[in-house]
Amino acid sequence: MKLRPLLFGLALVAVLALPFLTDLALGRSWVRLLDFALLYAMLALGLNIVVGYAGLLDLGYVAFYAVGAYLYAMLASPHIGMHLPLWVLLPGGALLAAAFGALLGAPTLGLRGDYLAIVTMGFGEIIRIFLRNLNVTNGPAGIDLIDPIQLGNFSFSATHRLFGLVIPGIYNYYFLFLGLTVLIVLMSRRLEGSRIGRAWAAIREDEIAARAMGLNTKNLKLLAFAMGATFGGISGVLFAGFQGFVSPESFTMNESVMILCMVVLGGMGHLNGVLLGAILLAILPEAFRPLAQLQQQTFGEVYLDPASLRMLLFAVALIAVMILRPEGLWPSPVRKRELHASEEDNASTPDADPAPGGAA
Amino acid sequence: MDIFLQQVINGLVQGSIYALVALGYTMVYGIIELVNFAHGEVVMVGALVSLSVIERLVSRGYTGWPLIVISVLVAIPTCIALGLGIERVAYRPLRRAPRLAPLISAIGVSIALQQIAALIWGRNYLHYPDILPKTQYLIGGAVISQVQVVILLSAAVLMAALWVLVQRTRLGRAMRATAQNPAVAGLMGVDVNRIIATTFVVGSALAAVAGTLIGAYYQVGNHTMGFLLGLKAFTAAVLGGIGSLGGAMAGGLLLGVIENLGAGYMGKLTDGAVGSNYSDVFAFLMLVLVLIFRPSGLLGERGVEKV
Amino acid sequence: MSALLRATGVGKRFGGLSALGEVSFSIPQGAIYGLIGPNGAGKTTFFNLLTGIYTPDEGGFEFDGAPLPGAPHAVCARGIARTFQNIRLFASMTALENVMVGRHVRTRAGLFSAIFRPGSERAEERAIRARALELLDFVGIAHRAQEVSRHLSYGDQRRLEVARALATEPRLLALDEPAAGMNSTETAALGVLLQKIRAKGVTILLIEHDVKLVMGLCDRVAVLEYGRLIAEGPPEQVQHDPRVIEAYLGAEAGA
Repeated sequence: MKLRPLLFGLALVAVLALPFLTDLALGRSWVRLLDFALLYAMLALGLNIVVGYAGLLDLGYVAFYAVGAYLYAMLASPHIGMHLPLWVLLPGGALLAAAFGALLGAPTLGLRGDYLAIVTMGFGEIIRIFLRNLNVTNGPAGIDLIDPIQLGNFSFSATHRLFGLVIPGIYNYYFLFLGLTVLIVLMSRRLEGSRIGRAWAAIREDEIAARAMGLNTKNLKLLAFAMGATFGGISGVLFAGFQGFVSPESFTMNESVMILCMVVLGGMGHLNGVLLGAILLAILPEAFRPLAQLQQQTFGEVYLDPASLRMLLFAVALIAVMILRPEGLWPSPVRKRELHASEEDNASTPDADPAPGGAA
Repeated sequence: MDIFLQQVINGLVQGSIYALVALGYTMVYGIIELVNFAHGEVVMVGALVSLSVIERLVSRGYTGWPLIVISVLVAIPTCIALGLGIERVAYRPLRRAPRLAPLISAIGVSIALQQIAALIWGRNYLHYPDILPKTQYLIGGAVISQVQVVILLSAAVLMAALWVLVQRTRLGRAMRATAQNPAVAGLMGVDVNRIIATTFVVGSALAAVAGTLIGAYYQVGNHTMGFLLGLKAFTAAVLGGIGSLGGAMAGGLLLGVIENLGAGYMGKLTDGAVGSNYSDVFAFLMLVLVLIFRPSGLLGERGVEKV
Repeated sequence: MSALLRATGVGKRFGGLSALGEVSFSIPQGAIYGLIGPNGAGKTTFFNLLTGIYTPDEGGFEFDGAPLPGAPHAVCARGIARTFQNIRLFASMTALENVMVGRHVRTRAGLFSAIFRPGSERAEERAIRARALELLDFVGIAHRAQEVSRHLSYGDQRRLEVARALATEPRLLALDEPAAGMNSTETAALGVLLQKIRAKGVTILLIEHDVKLVMGLCDRVAVLEYGRLIAEGPPEQVQHDPRVIEAYLGAEAGA
């Protein structure tokens, strides 16, 4: 009976101690990696609402991340000389991203799934092209010297002391991102179990039946889209403040695919799975870094570009997961039932097979 | 010089390449209702393979059109093998899965091919050697180059051949039957798997030709060239009514002309504020507008959902 | 009794072919109304027009004295719920969850109450669950509440679809061949269930192939053939209409 709170307590201690331990064991660059893993976790959780809950394939999700990041970059840097505080820009980024989500979603959410995927892909690219060509975004060079995140007098990038512990900036960000990730997880969980979450699941399963049962599918999809965009915008604001620099190249289609991969690999619609996917894929690429050095040492030349290998791995993972384990590494029970429905149908109606004779 | 006519000619040339690629999208969609996201990447592989062949042979003294012919003869089987492999590995196991699954798999294939190409050919832009004659012909105040003429002619011949294949042969009849209703076609003795594979073979062969022609025309290529091209060709397919061969051809030509006229005049109309930097935005915008307002194409009828 | 639903000159074409034309009839409040006809007569098309999945090319519907809105969800909100000929449940959700989705249109909780969970939201969720269980009990499958709906027997799936439709609090329940695929015992039980539903004050529109069920159950019947209304009236009258006998009952008797 008392096991649960005990486990929870242990997990809490472990998560709080993680940056200290990581720093000791692997070095500071790995703490930075943890920070990024949490940023990606927030992004993946946002996309999960769209793909996992509402069943809409969004291939331009990174656009909302870009919107949040550029808002913060433009209004909290010497770029145009404004330095608005986080408590204005974080909600601002969330709202702006949501508005973009609604703007894109309103005309397109009536489209069938594969068309929607292409439109969102196009939208992601449009945003990037504008960022690269507009003057206000400083074109391909991007924006530099962005203010670090600051709340009141507390600067997250500065080193602080607490009870004799030295807490460098990179730890501060870890705790900030951790807190926000937990918040987003809680919000997602509540949404999933609510009237709205049930309606999303119904739309995902059978849109026509959902409409006949009185669900305004267009509004509900729009809500999912805007909600996902909101989390994307929030992550973007944090990213800009953390990184101190943004450029259009951070927001390519590959980035969208990577976030999608996190959601899909972990388990669409399942919070634990999505978190697992995000952290795994954010950290895994580090494993490829030594590969370049290894090649350099052995052959005197880098034959296999680690960046390409990494992306290739993500892509192969997407295919493999869809074919071998569509419910992901850590699936939700409902999703598992959904994604294996066709197999059960196969078993019950063998004559429905499109290839009689089976001479493949 | 007649700018309008010139843009129309350039548009038709570009459009005939779009049409060749759009045929691949529309045929696959017509039969298995899947947007084969990886199709643009097959074109890219065709272009880069033919480039590699050209580079090898140029140093041995080959040049001119025969070299292009040799390179396309290498690119075609490569792309066919690729197309068949993609269908077999990434799509066939998911034919009965929920709709999201093959879409995600298709995206995976697309990215995987890009990265494999980056590993083989590197990430930089590759430039084609100058092997083709620069002959130009004058027609009514506009100029058309020999390369453009060859592109138009080969596209026309291939499309005519495809038309005959689909409309006049036994295989074509089986393809049309499968597109109508795979289950019934299967019951009538059509080997559905073979027909689907054939669709990929034909589409990939056309992609190989398109890739080679693009390389010869623009003389530049890299691992990402398939993305935008694929998107535009898909737009063309939708514009003409996806699933319709004639539609893909018409849509391709139309998109090529609109894009060239748009790019030619947009800068002028907006006083340089919106220049050629945004020509890709223009293409996406077209896609979005077509999908929203005419999802069944300019020629197609509005479909009715099956209930 | 006043008319709950009035169809006036309803027509629909698909690509030049007329699937349905000039169909007019009224369904009285509190009736069980049958819509019959041979295969392809346009019954399901009529249903899809009524529930807003298709838009009629001609004519329209008046529900409770006012024209029906166009969108399916709005039609449902006005008080018309339906089932589908080939069952369309949310297959991977449990029976209970399916019915809870049906409560959506009569409940309110939005994004913010989902996230902040005020007392009102929790009370509403409790009410949704209680009402859904009640409805499962009403159609006789309360013991299957936690079962994934895809795993239910065919007859239970049909019952679940009825429960889900009832959850939207319809004034008109439109059933598309609810007895299809049922054996005679199940069909008889369905008849009893429909009487029970009518006793609660819900008007029923029934598309059915099983002529015996229709004739025994319905107060009035409309007969479609080739998209045209060929007879309308009480069952015993329609049953003796020579055109109906020729078009439908005759063909059946001859088979």
